[in-house]
Amino acid sequence: MDKDAIGQRSKKEQRHYVWMQMKQNKECYLMLFPFMLFFLVFTIIPVIMSLPMGMTDFNMVQFPKWVGLSNFYNLFISDAIFVKSIRVTLVFALFTGPISYVLCFLLAWLINELHPKLKTIFTLIFYAPSMANVYTVWQLIFSGDTYGIANAVLINLGINTYAVQWLTDSQYILGVVIVVQLWISLGAGFLALRAGFQNIDRSQYEAGAIEGIKNRWQELIYITIPSMGPQLMFAAVMQIVSSFTADIVARNLVGFPSTDYAAHTIMTHAFDYGWVRYEMGYASAICMVLFIFMFLANKLISKLLSKYMD
Amino acid sequence: MTDTSKLKASNKRAGRKIGGSIAIFLFLTVLGLFMVFPIYLAIVTSIKPVEELFIFPPKFYPMNPTLDNFRDMFRVLGQMWVPFSRYVWNSVFVTVVVTVAQCIVASMAAFVLAKCKFPGNGIINKIIVVSLLYNSNVIYIMQYMVMSELNLINTTKALILPSIASAMGLFLMRQSMSQVPDAMIEAAKVDGANMFTTCWRIVIPNQKPALMTMSIFAFQGAWNIQGGSLVYDEAKKTLPTVVQQAASAGLARAGVAMAAAVFMLIPPVVFFMLAQKNVIETMAHSGIKD
Repeated sequence: MDKDAIGQRSKKEQRHYVWMQMKQNKECYLMLFPFMLFFLVFTIIPVIMSLPMGMTDFNMVQFPKWVGLSNFYNLFISDAIFVKSIRVTLVFALFTGPISYVLCFLLAWLINELHPKLKTIFTLIFYAPSMANVYTVWQLIFSGDTYGIANAVLINLGINTYAVQWLTDSQYILGVVIVVQLWISLGAGFLALRAGFQNIDRSQYEAGAIEGIKNRWQELIYITIPSMGPQLMFAAVMQIVSSFTADIVARNLVGFPSTDYAAHTIMTHAFDYGWVRYEMGYASAICMVLFIFMFLANKLISKLLSKYMD
Repeated sequence: MTDTSKLKASNKRAGRKIGGSIAIFLFLTVLGLFMVFPIYLAIVTSIKPVEELFIFPPKFYPMNPTLDNFRDMFRVLGQMWVPFSRYVWNSVFVTVVVTVAQCIVASMAAFVLAKCKFPGNGIINKIIVVSLLYNSNVIYIMQYMVMSELNLINTTKALILPSIASAMGLFLMRQSMSQVPDAMIEAAKVDGANMFTTCWRIVIPNQKPALMTMSIFAFQGAWNIQGGSLVYDEAKKTLPTVVQQAASAGLARAGVAMAAAVFMLIPPVVFFMLAQKNVIETMAHSGIKD
């Protein structure tokens, strides 16, 4: 309503109106100030400084040299590994993202149905993998010799007669990395959803019971999910970030670079050019492409979840 | 005691069948065992003697449990030029300051962004989300340049200041606070409370689950701050940096590395338990009422 009113006024009056609004809300700006100060200095400014880097040739020693769009041209025309890494990233993200998102929600919900004491224990159990820095333990599980647990179990059960090279056979690499990523993926989104469940007003459930909600399932569909929009959105964004930018697990588990680049994601490619070859300009061009993918994924998810948002 | 009985009563909601509860419990237990197994394996590996790492078929338990790996780790740490307690103190200091500062700064900003209408609100909210998605290797270099411009390199401040404004923490709190009924804030206003009081006295006490979740993230992030390139004085380094050095210097790498990981995991787990306990206790007292 206010907007229409502003539209009819002149530019000057409009500016005056905004100024008045700002003055009225100076308390808000004051409360926002500490965060924005640190955010500006340590996030916004570095991001803005990094934006033009994708169009330069920068080896971290000499001053960046402007090369226009040639980095992007090279990426899509002559860098076959990059094109492969796009495919790997999409497969990886399509598997880990949605599965982990559904798991986060499902587990957060089921845990919420338990006795309060059990809630803490189960939350810890499912959250622990993302807290513990022990994904290297999967090397013991998927080790390529018979000391590896997966191989030992398969051989002992008579399913296999030889040791499978889980971490070096390009047939299995991506699968193994996806499993491990799923294992550590019940992180921020999961905890946020747990908090969301705990934040729901109990009287809503009581009212629901009176109005004829018959079981857990109906309660979930008609009461819980509609009031969890914000947390669902948060978990989705976290899921996008973790499934598109995961590269540490793959690098530590299946080697860098992995056999046939089977687990070579866009992020790994950026790491390769940025921190191994010191071609920062090219690396930031790669990151730029990745950002566009994530941005689009975010737009898509916001659209899907929009009916739960105010 | 009254609290728990209240909790039990409130847990009896529409159509709860005992069979369903048992099924849920069993399902979660089976899946939970799968989740815990690798961590269990890490702990077992950390107390296995070297020769037991190479047995076929591999054992899921240590036959002669030993603390050698931990001893090795601490021996290496103890021989360093700077006393071990110095690293512990550095880490504790950084963790406490970052966790507290992050929670205060982000809660306040989140409240304003979620519940006030003022010019610039919408755009700031958008920037926060986009900054979460923007993940560039180059940022670190630029951050380094900004910090060297501010003369922060090789100071403890270099480990603390960049972590204070957490876009993720703010986003989490903002999302949660957007569920606070406007009526609650209006009521506070009518009673003469200013924004600051409303935020700290009324809204945040009602946001314990989100606040505790944010503090868990903050603690975990701060505890793992390495800052290898930002601080080069040995006396200013944090625990994760040196523990990693110790783990890679050990003989049987698998065992010592696991010991290091297990050792580093203890504080976040303890903090997690405390925070979660806090959530459940407060939820027994207060629910948000419209």
